Amino acid sequence: MHKIKATNDFVIKFANINGTGSASANNMFAKSIFRSGLQVTPKNIFPSNIQGLPTWYEVRVNDKGYLGRRGGVDFMVATNGQTMKQDFEEVLPGGYFLYDNSKPLPPSYQRDDLNLIGIPLTDICNKEYSDPRQRQLFKNIVYVGALSYLLDIEFDIFQQLVQDQFKGKEKLITPNIHALELGYRYAKENHETTCELSIEAKDLNKGKILVDGNTGTALGAIYAGATVAGWYPITPSTSVVDAFEKYCKRLRVCPSSGQNNFAIIQAEDELSAMGMVLGASWNGARAFTATSGPGLSLMSEFLGLAYFAEIPGVLVDVQRTGPSTGMPTRTQQSDILPAAYASHGDTKHICLYPANPNECFKMSFDAFELTEQLQTPVIILSDLDLGMNDNLCDAFDWDDATHLNRGKVLSKDELDNMQERWGRYLDLDDDGIGYRTIPGTHPTKGSYFTRGSSHDEYAAYTESSEAYVRSMKRLEKKWETAKQLVPAPQYFKAQSKANIGAIFYGTSTDASLEAIDLTAEKEIAINGLKINAFPFSDDVKKFIDEHDFVFVIEQNRDGQLKTLLVNELNINPANLVSILNYDGMPITANFICQEIDATLDRAKITPLHKAERI
Amino acid sequence: MSYIRPNIRHPQLPVNEIGFTRADYEGALSTLCAGCGHDSISASILQSCFELSIEPHKVAKMSGIGCSSKTPAYFLGNSHGFNSVHGRMPSVATGANLANRDLVYIGVSGDGDTASIGMGQFAHVVRRNLNMVYIVMNNGCYGLTKGQDSATADRGSASKKGVPNPYSSIDLCETAIQLGAGFVARSFSGDKEQLIPLIKAAISHRGFALIDVVSPCVTFNNTAKSTKSYDHVREHVNATGTFDFVPLKEEITTQYEPGKTEEITLHDGSAIRLHKATENLDFNSPRSAMNEIEKHKEKGEILTGLLYLNPQTPDTHELLGTTNKPLNSLTEDALIPGKKVLDTINESFQ
Repeated sequence: MHKIKATNDFVIKFANINGTGSASANNMFAKSIFRSGLQVTPKNIFPSNIQGLPTWYEVRVNDKGYLGRRGGVDFMVATNGQTMKQDFEEVLPGGYFLYDNSKPLPPSYQRDDLNLIGIPLTDICNKEYSDPRQRQLFKNIVYVGALSYLLDIEFDIFQQLVQDQFKGKEKLITPNIHALELGYRYAKENHETTCELSIEAKDLNKGKILVDGNTGTALGAIYAGATVAGWYPITPSTSVVDAFEKYCKRLRVCPSSGQNNFAIIQAEDELSAMGMVLGASWNGARAFTATSGPGLSLMSEFLGLAYFAEIPGVLVDVQRTGPSTGMPTRTQQSDILPAAYASHGDTKHICLYPANPNECFKMSFDAFELTEQLQTPVIILSDLDLGMNDNLCDAFDWDDATHLNRGKVLSKDELDNMQERWGRYLDLDDDGIGYRTIPGTHPTKGSYFTRGSSHDEYAAYTESSEAYVRSMKRLEKKWETAKQLVPAPQYFKAQSKANIGAIFYGTSTDASLEAIDLTAEKEIAINGLKINAFPFSDDVKKFIDEHDFVFVIEQNRDGQLKTLLVNELNINPANLVSILNYDGMPITANFICQEIDATLDRAKITPLHKAERI
Repeated sequence: MSYIRPNIRHPQLPVNEIGFTRADYEGALSTLCAGCGHDSISASILQSCFELSIEPHKVAKMSGIGCSSKTPAYFLGNSHGFNSVHGRMPSVATGANLANRDLVYIGVSGDGDTASIGMGQFAHVVRRNLNMVYIVMNNGCYGLTKGQDSATADRGSASKKGVPNPYSSIDLCETAIQLGAGFVARSFSGDKEQLIPLIKAAISHRGFALIDVVSPCVTFNNTAKSTKSYDHVREHVNATGTFDFVPLKEEITTQYEPGKTEEITLHDGSAIRLHKATENLDFNSPRSAMNEIEKHKEKGEILTGLLYLNPQTPDTHELLGTTNKPLNSLTEDALIPGKKVLDTINESFQ
């Protein structure tokens, strides 16, 4: 029997039923890999449901630095009868299938290229526990214990994880460790030599953390001094505000008075949530909302107001699979275009594209700085994969010398000392950005009327075509200023000279970088450019112009970033080749490689060494 | 504009306690139709702020879209104003108030802006008991789009187009009482004697204060068959009584007939002294208020004046437990936890 043999390089998938306690067991498994010092990429594939439907948890393990999905499954832990057949068929030839053999596998399960690992989870738990809930919960812990043996993960790591997890609930520690031991022992006694996948601990995770992106975004908001959040519940963004509230309660409650140095309101809808953000930002507080595609649609009206009246505000869009309700618990990068041009009339918005939780933290901070400096909304485009899955990344970092840049806001003294007449929308610095005032600052100076209707430099209503065009032109100038301030793209230069480029962003980054590496092994060099923000800096156009053609790798059907590049940089569309994954699952390196190969075949581009031989 | 307001002021204009003249509370010239009820309401807001000696820059004027929502440009020119989007003023006011609880928030809206496109936001700002004055300039029609019926138009009432409105109307006062507003009043733009003390009391009330002001539209809805015309309102108005607003410092000297006069102390120590015309009305009881409003409606009358008052309801900030300081005044020390804390947080993810 062929067996997949691998050390520190495999994909394991858990098939469970949601609401059965599998999530915490599976998280514990992923964390054991993290603590073994290896790269780990867990993906939770869950239904839009509370209890009883199939859910999967895929964990990729490796030690070469790859953090994207690879594609394929080497080891399946099958505990869900509803999907067992499909799970059985999904495993790669030579892979492993761990199942509950309290009952035999049905006769239809016929594969001679699979290694079966039967663990009688039900029998073990029925024998050990009398409480039905415990029987269910501990099944998950038993299979984790078995994996500890089968994959050579140090048992001590699990003991420590259990102790950390149940800190404060000590009486749960011993039974959990006992359940781990039951699984470990059974596997050792019955499957001593079955599994050829193994973990060899290394020390690759110094200075790293394993955390979800939404937590990073929320912490970024805390460190940016955000005090107001208006929001409406929607998957997959809800945990942004949950995390913000959790850390506010820990870090933002005045120790002497017990009063909150923050205000969070669950609004009646997304319209209202965005209105609250603008009201608070207009009034000098840093404020944000978190939503997903459907909410972005509703917030568009306010985004237009904020663009034209020049009001700051941060919108976190944790994208999910659209259109409409789409697949609410699956991922996509499909709000790129609607976010960039949200609202009627000529509008453009600054967008940031984080790729991992560390960037969520940094870009969340950046978003508050940019929105106040540029006096226009900033949209953070995260997604479900980044927001809700644990992602391995560099630890969050903060420099205590950092001070907030609140942009051009006039103080009482500045208003007092002002000789000339103040105008809210006067462009005094030739950067398209005026000086604003906060209500309540000065008794007689600096008041103005904020409006979404056409206004002149002094914020007075006007229907003058000239004044209108002046203000639209100034907004364009501000857009040029923004190009200098937003995070620059990152260049990944190939080892050898490359005529082909690849552009990617956000959660397409890790799999793209891996695919570039894999393609380089075939002696085809590709330069990479990771886009971090919209508007695009001049470097992006330069990058495209320097290559024969450029792949644009993204997770939507229509090539939204490609459209944006063509439109904004006046690029010949023929020079951009889309690689598009939009099935709701995070993009894999294997898929990108296939697409690259297919394109190169069509273009008859041969690897260097073959070309030399011809 | 074909003319501008003269800039010459009489040197001996009366000043209020903080040294401002009435002119310091004026705004730009109104562009509404001559005779529009809204202009009278603007004048009453201006007069109330002058008499209460509120520093103009301590007021924020919030509005949505429509004729009514334009008015904040025409009063309190030294205050910041925010003319937001249609029906969304409540959320913007909520955010603004969260950022700075120390300002006076005066929201101005219309019947379309509130009872149709903004009904959801209106309902929820009431529920949250945001500390603001919410004035509806209610004319039963859409002015800027040339006179369509609004959701507050009474069934059977006909505007200039002459077609009686077939739909039942939304009573914003009853809605607000049902949703838990602490201060609910109705008034008429033509009755400044009533409106000014109502606005002053509403400003002094902590929490959500609604004043639904019937404000005839002279251009589209001042017809013989309209229930919101000047004539109809004047003929059918019936007040719950008259009342005086007594600022904190004033001593109460006048004696009133017991039973008919009621005094209610507001959160800031000022008081409302009511001289009730309707003996049945218990201002502290939502049920009594609803009952009286409906009873008058049955008779074809419009009940105006204070309808309901509960000065003790906790406002949004109290419900949230927010700091007494305006959130927009908090410094980096209070807001940013620093590197050491972040390092500890990092450890929890390892």
